[in-house]
Amino acid sequence: MTLTPARASAAAAHALLRRTRCFAAADRIRKASRAFSSAPAGASEPQVGGVRAGDDELDVAIVGGGMVGLAVACALSNMPLTKHLRVAVIDSNPALKSTNYLKKDGIPDSRVSTVTPATISFFRDIGAWEHILQQRHAFFGKMQVWDYTGLGYTRYNASDVCKEYLGCVVENKVLCNSLLLRLQEQKEDIEKMVYPTRLVSLAFPSKSRNVGVAGLKPPSTEAEELRRSNLVKLDLSDGQTLYSKLVVGADGSKSNVRQIAGIKTTGWSYPQSAIICTVEHTAENDTAWQRFLPSGPIALLPIGDNFSNIVWTMSPEEASRHKSMSSEDFVMSVNRALDFGYGPHPNSSSLDHYVERLFSDFGGTAASTKECFEVPPRAIGLISERMAFPLSLMHSHDYVSKRLALVGDAAHTVHPLAGQGVNLGFGDAAALAKVISEGVSVGADIGDLSLLNRYENDRKGANVAMAAVLDGFQKMYSVDFGPLNVLRAAAFHGAQYISPLKKNIISYAMGDRKSPLFS
Amino acid sequence: RPLRSDATDSRAPPPWSPPAPLAQQHTMLRRVAPPLRRALASSAVPHRGGARLLDPGLSSPHALPPQWRRWASAAAASSLPPPPPSPPQGPPRHAGGGSAASSLNPAEVAKFAAIAETWWDSQGPFKPLHLMNPTRLSFIRSTLCRHFRRDPYSAKPLEGLKVIDVGCGGGILSEPLARMGATVTGIDAVDKNIKIAHIHAASDPTTASIEYCCTTAEDLVKENKQFDAVISLEVIEHVANPLEFCQSLSALTVPNGATVISTINRSMRAYAAAIVGAEYILRWLPIGTHEWSKLVTPEELVLALQRASISVEEMAGFFYNPLTREWSLSDDTSINYIAYGIKKSEAPSATPQ
Repeated sequence: MTLTPARASAAAAHALLRRTRCFAAADRIRKASRAFSSAPAGASEPQVGGVRAGDDELDVAIVGGGMVGLAVACALSNMPLTKHLRVAVIDSNPALKSTNYLKKDGIPDSRVSTVTPATISFFRDIGAWEHILQQRHAFFGKMQVWDYTGLGYTRYNASDVCKEYLGCVVENKVLCNSLLLRLQEQKEDIEKMVYPTRLVSLAFPSKSRNVGVAGLKPPSTEAEELRRSNLVKLDLSDGQTLYSKLVVGADGSKSNVRQIAGIKTTGWSYPQSAIICTVEHTAENDTAWQRFLPSGPIALLPIGDNFSNIVWTMSPEEASRHKSMSSEDFVMSVNRALDFGYGPHPNSSSLDHYVERLFSDFGGTAASTKECFEVPPRAIGLISERMAFPLSLMHSHDYVSKRLALVGDAAHTVHPLAGQGVNLGFGDAAALAKVISEGVSVGADIGDLSLLNRYENDRKGANVAMAAVLDGFQKMYSVDFGPLNVLRAAAFHGAQYISPLKKNIISYAMGDRKSPLFS
Repeated sequence: RPLRSDATDSRAPPPWSPPAPLAQQHTMLRRVAPPLRRALASSAVPHRGGARLLDPGLSSPHALPPQWRRWASAAAASSLPPPPPSPPQGPPRHAGGGSAASSLNPAEVAKFAAIAETWWDSQGPFKPLHLMNPTRLSFIRSTLCRHFRRDPYSAKPLEGLKVIDVGCGGGILSEPLARMGATVTGIDAVDKNIKIAHIHAASDPTTASIEYCCTTAEDLVKENKQFDAVISLEVIEHVANPLEFCQSLSALTVPNGATVISTINRSMRAYAAAIVGAEYILRWLPIGTHEWSKLVTPEELVLALQRASISVEEMAGFFYNPLTREWSLSDDTSINYIAYGIKKSEAPSATPQ
């Protein structure tokens, strides 16, 4: 009795389709449904015609094993609803084979990132933060921002918002390694999960991929073909072919995945390059310093022990000049840029104290409003190579399309002046993992566009807003024009002495608020 | 409104309580629409084995308008027997009654056959269903997980359960249920829908095991099929006889099994939103998809299910936010609503109360 309706409908389907050109499809379905009729009721394994989904069929294929790609993999393997998903990471970087903590001695790498408290709590949730604590990292609780005109300065302190730290500076390789170690803890077959090759091409499912030769192949192959025609096909450089329900493009600002998918971007290059290097002090640095100079900001970030990381943005010609000068000249140049060069030290006036008292009635005085301007610690030696990178702003028009999602730098790049870039990427990773988990909970197909659109709607607004704010800062500080200088100075004074505004700014930069001005 | 406060108060299911005493039922029934009340009244009197809900002094069947009279007599004559089946003069009347006894309405069937190809086009006429689907599934998931004591954090919480989707259409609900681990059977009156559902489900190994049949709930009842969970979403407003339909759904449910029904409320707000708004203004649905007079209010649904030995444990409304374009669950059942009920665990007694 059970078989009759199924067979009847299958025969009807066959009859209908025979009249159209899809004879191949009809044959496949007839054979497949015959297989269902004889399958025992209550079979719950993903079998089609008796064949299991193959080893080369994945649920999520993450192209790019950098910080953000590994964060997506780690988040998926950590959530109860998604930990059973078959995830693969495709990246030829040999660092993905590491199984140990990176040593704390030795020269810190120049490529570092400042992680905000929002990112730190994401890492805690997925269980990777404890690995970072075992490797080199530097929390900082204070920050000072000023510019070359000497007309104003702002100090921020974590105690202004009752927190212990404003952020943590961690080397990029330490972030990657911690995520990798956490993945190894969760998955025994991590070697099968990481594909040490590059992606050559992608083929998204379309009607033209349904064509097959009718009736000559055994039913299991036909069913397999039907299944695979609905998945994304990934061709790798070592000759393997993978099929996946969802492809996550985490392969950086020059994303191959984004180009193949044909997603357009908007953006412009900044007329600036950034030089990064590591310098040494006589004592430990516990504050993040940033001074806006006429050609761009210079930032001094603590990285641990007596070392600090320098990110100095300037015009490309200046950048190549600074890169090629001797280390002693460079160190002198750095100290000049941070201290007495380009303009005087700022001080506070009686107007500032009046404003401070006025606004202390609204929500209390922040501790840092009382702090005076301090000169940053002198650099005594350059201990790493200097690297220079061009800077640009880029934003994809779409973050998602059918069976594809872009995260991190593949979707957006911003100016490094506030250290927000990779934090936006980690925010993307957390949001995508959450959306996939919600999709699994209601039995949705995880490559479904309407599900992925929820990730885009969640993140696009926040990312565009942050990119706009940073772009605004970059433009505002790159012009040396009297009235604009005074306006900037007023902004500095306002942010320093108006406590409620200062607290809002800190919370926004830490990732605890969605907007600096309105909640 | 006593029903609402009972059914929608908290997410935890209230303990099963026996049907309300006669007087309270009487008061509740006053608010029921007159035609339905008469139908209930006339079919209650000769109904074997069911609770006598009403004072038989209410209007006699002859005062009913023609189509209701046919319902009432059909309901009276072909009263659904409690399992095990031993029907009185049922079967000959069934065959003779034809469409009056089954829940099919040819006009409604034709409406859906016309737009069958567009089932899986998420921008087509079924767009509201696609948008609403995740919300209905989250209600179903949470109520079924609680009912069958399943781990809510499992990726396949419905593993091993036999579920039937009555009125499955193109399989929009059946496929996610199969992905949640259930053994799904999908039935629909329109043959085209079944074909489309079959083809679409074949491309994913987890959904390829769904069994689709072109049949009706009544036919399956005749075959003595039973399922752990019977789900029928957005169907009851299209059937010819909602009372009969509820009886069929109940017969398909195993004792202590779950039944989930969703539909649109018959209220002014629903007329404005679901008919004028969705059909005429937003053009989401073809004009004429829903007829206001066939919509069922939550009270009527609860009563109809009670007569079919299903006690409604939870009810929720759906709310559409046009700014975020998202549906969400709410306590407001005035437009769309979904109800979850449990079938009584012992067969109803043969003697009237």
